[in-house]
Amino acid sequence: MGANEFLFLLTGLKWTVFLSVIGFVGGGVFGLGVALARTSGSPLLERVTSGYIAIFQGTPLLMQLFVVYYGLALIGLKLDSWVAVSIGFTLHASAYLGEIWRGSIEAVPKGQTEAAKALSLNYASRMKDVILPQAIRISLPATIGFLVQLIKGTSLAAIVGFTELARAGNIISNQIFQPLLVFGIVGALYFVMCWPLSLFGARLERQFATATR
Amino acid sequence: MNYKLDFTPVLDGLPSLLTACLGTLFLALGGMALAIVIGIGGVVLRDSRIKQLRWLVMAFVELIRNTPFLVQIYFIYFALPLLGVRLDPTPTAIIALGINGGAYAIEIIRGGVQSISKGQVEAGLALGLHKAQVFRLIVLRPALRAIFPSLTSQFVLLTLTTSVASAISAYELTSVAQRIESDSFRSFEVYGTVTLFYLVISWLMMRFFGLISSRYFSYPVK
Repeated sequence: MGANEFLFLLTGLKWTVFLSVIGFVGGGVFGLGVALARTSGSPLLERVTSGYIAIFQGTPLLMQLFVVYYGLALIGLKLDSWVAVSIGFTLHASAYLGEIWRGSIEAVPKGQTEAAKALSLNYASRMKDVILPQAIRISLPATIGFLVQLIKGTSLAAIVGFTELARAGNIISNQIFQPLLVFGIVGALYFVMCWPLSLFGARLERQFATATR
Repeated sequence: MNYKLDFTPVLDGLPSLLTACLGTLFLALGGMALAIVIGIGGVVLRDSRIKQLRWLVMAFVELIRNTPFLVQIYFIYFALPLLGVRLDPTPTAIIALGINGGAYAIEIIRGGVQSISKGQVEAGLALGLHKAQVFRLIVLRPALRAIFPSLTSQFVLLTLTTSVASAISAYELTSVAQRIESDSFRSFEVYGTVTLFYLVISWLMMRFFGLISSRYFSYPVK
């Protein structure tokens, strides 16, 4: 494998990072909305968001990408393929992060909400100043775990036909006929991205377990 | 928007799609069985006295959990023939699913075994229970009970992951859907329908595990 091939893999890597960041940030924004709606106390909102979460957790990410990809074209939107897959990953991440954060919000002791209400804080400030800062801390290990999941998940954009790291690997492997070498390197690149995050998440989890023991 | 939805290709392909669901279930169950074997074996090796073995299991778990399944399945698909093993895509996919699920199962099962405190075992022995009874009633059952929810969600995830096996054209729902799609160009209709199929499959899977759980693990704790 020459320098050119390796550079091509790195271009793919760039797109993998890009998709992961977009998916995580976009998913984070919408996920917060999902989590807040899910814990809002309004039966309608809770029904709708729990259905939304159930659909995304009950179907393969690959199918979600396909449906979003072709669904957007079907309603007449002519989008670049990176926009279409980014929307797919954003929706996927919003459901998973929404569910993780719902759990964390509910894990904050009830007394906190009651105390905030007793201090006559309104909903926004109760969430922003009292509940969410604690919930974020609780959710951190699971959130990082999901980020790793998302980075690995971006590889499925390859099947939809988007050239990120996994598909770049596939292309190179077809060119130079050394699949084990190429996929070994591709795997190593993913590992270098995901492993530090996993270790960090595990450390936070241990710290949290010690802190609450 | 002047696109008209046309489900005729989906309806025409319905028999083959439904049969392909069995292919998906076959992959999922095969993968689960292998994952449990790898999981239990891995836990035993993980706590073995030989340092290298422990290290090997830990490296395996980290390696598998921090790389995408798609890359793993490609790697295995190309690596097996070099090892002199020639398999069809479907058994290859089962091996890949089992290896992937196994790495997660090792962590989950280990957590369950560690959740049983030594005092429980000692108390059981002090009450005059047989060693086998202690293992069955005090170690195995509570451990299984403790890990069952995480094992369930891991296995539902494994079932959904079978769709990635379409990348090496194993026989399952997604690859059949891709074939119908490329014949008819009714992408949204085909994939939308298949997504519903997956939703039903994962729902059934959850119900199935829920039944097992309530049948075997619904005894009072305290």
